[in-house]
Parts: sequence; structure tokens; C-alpha cells
Amino acid sequence: MTRLIGILVGLFFTVAVLWAFATGAANYIAEPPAATAESVYHRHPKELHLQSDGPFGTFDKQQLQRGFQVYKEVCSACHSLSHVAFRDLAALGYNEAEVKAIAAGFQVPGIDPNTGETTTRAGMPTDYFPKPYPNDIAARAANNNAVPPDLSLMTKARHEGPAYVYSLLTGFQAQPAALVKQFPEAKTPAGLHYNPYFANLNLAMAPPLTSTDQVSYGDGTKATVDQMAQDVAAFLVWTAEPKLEKRRQTGWPVLGFLLFATVLAYLAKQQVWAGKKDKKKA
Amino acid sequence: MSFPWANEYKPSHPLMKWVDEKLPLPRFVYNAVGAGYPVPRNLNYFWNFGVLAGFCLVLQIVTGVILAMHYAPNALVAFDSTEHIMRDVNWGWMLRYAHANGASAFFVVVYLHIFRGFFFGSYKAPREMIWLLGVVIFLLMMATAFMGYVLPWGQMSFWGAKVITGLFGAIPVVGEPLQIWLLGGYAPDNASLNRFFSLHFLLPFVIAAVVILHIWALHIPGSSNPTGVEVKSESDTVPFHPYYTAKDGFGLGVFLILYCAMLFFLPNALGHPDNYIPANPMSTPAHIVPEWYFWPFYAILRAFTADFLFFPAKLMGVLAMFSAILVWFFLPWLDNSPVRSGHFRPLFRKFFYVLMVDVLVLGYCGGAPAAEPYVMISQIATAYYFLHFLVILPIVSSIEKPEPLPYSITEAVLGSDDKAALAPAS
Ligand code: HEC
Ligand code: HEM
Repeated sequence: MTRLIGILVGLFFTVAVLWAFATGAANYIAEPPAATAESVYHRHPKELHLQSDGPFGTFDKQQLQRGFQVYKEVCSACHSLSHVAFRDLAALGYNEAEVKAIAAGFQVPGIDPNTGETTTRAGMPTDYFPKPYPNDIAARAANNNAVPPDLSLMTKARHEGPAYVYSLLTGFQAQPAALVKQFPEAKTPAGLHYNPYFANLNLAMAPPLTSTDQVSYGDGTKATVDQMAQDVAAFLVWTAEPKLEKRRQTGWPVLGFLLFATVLAYLAKQQVWAGKKDKKKA
Repeated sequence: MSFPWANEYKPSHPLMKWVDEKLPLPRFVYNAVGAGYPVPRNLNYFWNFGVLAGFCLVLQIVTGVILAMHYAPNALVAFDSTEHIMRDVNWGWMLRYAHANGASAFFVVVYLHIFRGFFFGSYKAPREMIWLLGVVIFLLMMATAFMGYVLPWGQMSFWGAKVITGLFGAIPVVGEPLQIWLLGGYAPDNASLNRFFSLHFLLPFVIAAVVILHIWALHIPGSSNPTGVEVKSESDTVPFHPYYTAKDGFGLGVFLILYCAMLFFLPNALGHPDNYIPANPMSTPAHIVPEWYFWPFYAILRAFTADFLFFPAKLMGVLAMFSAILVWFFLPWLDNSPVRSGHFRPLFRKFFYVLMVDVLVLGYCGGAPAAEPYVMISQIATAYYFLHFLVILPIVSSIEKPEPLPYSITEAVLGSDDKAALAPAS
């Protein structure tokens, strides 16, 4: 009885899903899905190699400092970095005095101790990076109706994050004429900028890195657009995963110990089973 | 249960004797996972996964309880409190990655445990109750994992919760009120997050209780084995300790190596990047996908794209998705071949391998965007899934001619030529 009912139920689902298949297939043949501008022109991120890649990778502190400088001088005008505190910058190799000086260079929201009114004050190492806009409405108003996203977790919040950030920053270009010819309705709207690495090809961010020596690096590295993009991508790898080095440094001894313990466990198992050896596999 | 030849617990230390008289807990443990539990001598490594699942459950409870000390279940701060754990709590990153990857590891282990059951016919009499409790555990695990994924309150948390609770909206008449009741509102919000946290904390302990029943039920007939031939004599078994404690110890080591490799070197490989974006009800992600362990069922849900008879497409999808798991409850009665092990069932075995491929295909399609060709592929794969359990298994089990079974486990292990060894092992 169970099996009879089972067969009937099974046939019910099978027929229903094959019916859906037939309907879908008929639609597909009648109206094959048309290509879209995204499906033709969207590009996979370029390759980017950072010292922090791979299971042995470590941060290049010099590069992180350069990337931080790019963030501070360029991106911070629009993008917040709200999960990072100034004190965290010690991990990039800045000493206490330098961290204090960096913090003091930012104005953070405060309260006037005499009047109790909201005001701003110089940052302290325990403060977090301040937000560039008081709220999303202000951010939209200033950016063509788009809110510049927080960058703290950006490299973990996109597929192939570091390469994506690098590609996005170096990928701005004029919209190909062929695209507009093939997809006239996909013409980049006024105020947006064409970038084949962005999911829908047009974003509200104007190219932020435009000329060599836009920032002047203290360590003598030539600040080409490509270099600045790599450096800020490296910096954002750190902001997204500040415990990256510690994680790997913990991982190796753990794996080493487990390997050793597992070999011992294997030998113990062999010894225990020695008298019961299978002569033939079951 | 026990076989008559099971070792008996004999405490030697006076303190243990005293404890045994007042509360025979050590005796219980000895009979459950000690030298007092006789186990078939021929178990292969697929029999390690039950113990590994138990380990994963403990791991999830321990890491989860500590995470809960730092996590704040409030829609305004949940995302930030998760990042606080990652950045400011000592070893918080390790706890969180251990818990997130622990959930994946748990599902890997439990899927292998279930597939072991499919192949070796572990669900058959006299082990139906073990199997039924197992399916209950699996359903509870899915509920727990789903609610856990909502807690960080990222984009996928929010939209996953919206899609999954939206499924209840497909139920005729009561659907919409039910959905609102489940969420505590029209869309996932603080009320939903709070109740999901409460239940996510509770359910693992419910699972632990059902696991105890599962193992209790296991100890009545005892473990099955790769031949599917029942234990006949003492020479067919070895005491659980030290034989299987040693083997499980080695299995645990291998498991931990793979698990820690993920945890320390690829902790986000199985997660979706969108969950590092804070939940935003105004912005729908391009592709809403659940965690990988739900993909086969998600593919089945999305395969029903056309209305059928009086059933709207969405309702069919929901019915099919739940039925895909509920059919497992009926497996002991759908497959009534007297032979348990797939090793001796040539026809069944072929279909079993097709099912494995089918589930992998469903999984792949479930993780892919809801577009062609994935939808059509998942429709064919869904058809096979239901045919397999509900039509093929009942028919195969009646028409198939099984291969000859060994007389006993001992014979299977030692070979029939070795008659001397068939005498009870010393
Ligand atoms: C003038 C303001 C402005 C500056 C300066 C700026 N951005 Fe943006 N950025 C935006 C806006 C606006 C968006 C949102 C674009 C959209 O969604 O269409 C954005 C988006 C982004 C995104 C996310 C794209 C996505 O996938 O959603 C990244 C990454 C990014 N910016 C990186 C940077 C970096 C790195 C810098 C510094 C080198 C920078 N931005 C400087 C305004 C700015
Ligand atoms: C928290 C999850 C689970 C735990 C901790 C658990 C634990 C165990 C343990 C320790 C065993 C004995 C060792 C072994 O045979 O591997 C076992 C056996 C078994 N389990 Fe589970 N299990 C879980 C989930 C499930 C699920 C989801 C199913 C099926 C849907 C299932 C079905 C079975 C069956 C049929 C057996 C008997 C196998 C045999 O003797 O051949 N279990 N379980």
C-alpha cells in the first residue's frame, strides 16, 4: 500500500516537473533569452597579486601605509571605514605618536563639554574613522543618488574582492561605441560612469584615481594610477581581515600538531586491530 | 540491547563501585560506547561519520555558546556586533570561523552519514526507528542552520529569511497570516531576528536530545555493517572499545585536518560575499542563494516554474521541496528488498550511483542563477529524484535478483576457506 501510494505521489511530482520543463523549453524555443549589455560587456576582474595572497602570505606594511594614504587623501571624501579605529593603524607599522597624529588629523563628532551641544573635535586613537556624510540622504544628494558604500569589508563583500577593487579603480573608460549601437537603451545615463567591471556597467562613482602623483608617497614609490589602485586594494584587504596574518600563523602549528596526532592515531589503530586483520575485503 | 557475549562492566576501584551502586552512569557509558558494546568487526570508514556528526554537534554548541556571549540580537547592531567579534574579541575571529565552517563540516558529515544509510540499506528493519529519528535530526539541523545564517544580519541573511519564510506564503488560505506570524511582521525585522536567535540557541539542544534517542535506538539491534548480514556469533563482533574508539580517533584526526585547513586558510570559501554587506531591505541582491548545503533542495523548489492542474507553480515548488526530505521517512517501506547492502544488489547499485550524480547536479543548479540552462537541468534532475525514491526503488526491490550473501560477517572478513578462524575469536 505504501508503495502504491508512493508510486502515485512520485508520478505526480515527476509529471508536474516535466510539465514545467516542457513549458519552459517551449518558451525558450519561442523566445530565446536575448543578450543584454551586461551579458556581453561585463568583465571578470583583472589579475592582482598581493603579498598577502596564498597560505603563507603576509601583509606588506609599506604598501598598506601607501594604501591608507590613498584612502585618506582620496576615498575618505566619500567612503566611510566604520569598522576601523585609528588605534588599529598600529598594525600597519605606525608608532604611538604617529597614530595619535593621524587621529588628530580627523574631525570626529563630539559634544561641547560646556554647552552640551553637538560639535566636532580632533580624533583620538580610540575613535573610529568618521563618516564623510551625516546620513544616507546627504550621501545620495552629493553622489547622483547613490550612497558610497562603507569600505571596511569591501574586499570580502565582492567576489574576488581585492582584484575587483583594483579592476574597478583602473577600469573606467569611454563606453564602447559598439555597445551603444547594439544596445541603444544601455547608453550610460548622464552622471554615471561606464566601467565594465561593475555589475551593471554604469556606476555613480566618478573615476577617483585619475593622474600620476595624485598622492605623493613618502617612500619614493611612483604613484601611478595602477600603483595607487593596487595599494588601496591591499589596504582594504587589511581593513576587511585585520586578523589575516594571525589566522595563518595560528593555522600552521595547528595543522602540524593535527598531522602528528593523526599519524599517532593511525599507528594506534593499526596496533589495536593487528590481530583482526582482514584477509579479504568485505 | 546486547548480545549475550557483551563484556560486563566490573568496576575495580571502590569509588567506582560506590558510584555504580548509586548511579550506574559509568556502566551506561561502558555499555554505550565502551568495551560493553559489541560491534560488527567489518565496519568500513563510512561508519565513522556518526561519531563525527556527534563531534560536530558538540563543536557547534561550544563555539555557539561563546559567540552568544558577544553577539547582540538586535537588527540595529547585529551586523556590527559580528564584526566586533571578528576584530575586538580575543580569538573571536577563530570562534566565528569555527562555527560557520563547523556548520558546513556538520552537513558534509551528515550527508555522508545519510548516503551511507542509502547505500547499505541501514534504514531497513530492524533499524527503521534509528532512521526515522535521523530524518528528524536532519530537519532540525536544517532549521537550525537556516536561523543561524540570519543572525549576522547581512544581505543574504535578510533576503534568505525573506525568501524562505515567503515559502509559507504559498500555502493556500493560511499562508499569508502564517508568514506574518512566523516573522512577527510583514518582512524580516527585529522581531524575526530575536526569535531566530532564541530558537537557534535552543534547537541544538533539542537535536542533542534526539541524538540520544537515535543512539538508544541504535543499541537495540546494534550497528549494521557493509555486508548487511546480521551478527550471528561472537566472532562477528569486536568490543567498541578499543577497536572502534581507535578507528574513530584516527577518523577524527583526518576530519580535523580538513576542517582546520578550511577554518584557517579558506574561511570564507563556502560563504557568500553578499553577507558581508549589512542587511538592506531596499536593495535586493542580484542572486539570492542559500548556503551550499541547501542547494539541492533549493533547486527542487525552483524547478517548478509552471502551474500544474490546480496547483500554482510556487505551491508545487514548496510541496516538492518538503517532500524531497519527507520521502526519506518512508524509505524503509518503499524499498522492501530483503537484502540490505548495495554490495549485493546489482540493479539497486546502478540507480544509487545515478542518484548520487543527480543530487550533485541538483546542488550545482541550486547554487547557480535561476536562468537557463540551469532551470531545465534541475527540472530533469528533480524528476529523477522523485522517480528514484518513489517509483524506481519500490520496483527495483521487487524485480531485482540479489547476489548471494556471505553466510556471516566472519566469513565475509576471513574468507570461507579459512574455517579454523570461524571459531569464536579469543
Ligand atoms: C566623489 C565620491 C567618491 C570618491 C572620492 C570615491 N568613491 Fe567609491 N563610490 C562612490 C559612489 C557614489 C559609489 C556608489 C556607486 C554606485 O553604486 O553606483 C562608490 C562605489 C565604490 C565601490 C563599490 C562598487 C560596487 O561594487 O558596489 C568601491 C569598491 C569604491 N567605490 C572604491 C573607492 C575607492 C577605493 C576610492 C578611493 C580611491 C573611492 N571609491 C573614491 C563615490 C566615491
Ligand atoms: C546530529 C546528527 C547525527 C548524529 C550525531 C548521529 C549519530 C550516529 C551515531 C554515533 C551512529 C552510530 C555510528 C554510525 O553508524 O555511523 C549513527 C547511526 C545511524 N544513523 Fe545517525 N546521527 C546523526 C544524524 C543522522 C541522520 C540525519 C540520519 C538519516 C537521515 C541518520 C541515520 C542513521 C542510521 C540509519 C544509523 C545506523 C547505521 C547502521 O547501523 O548501519 N543519522 N548515528
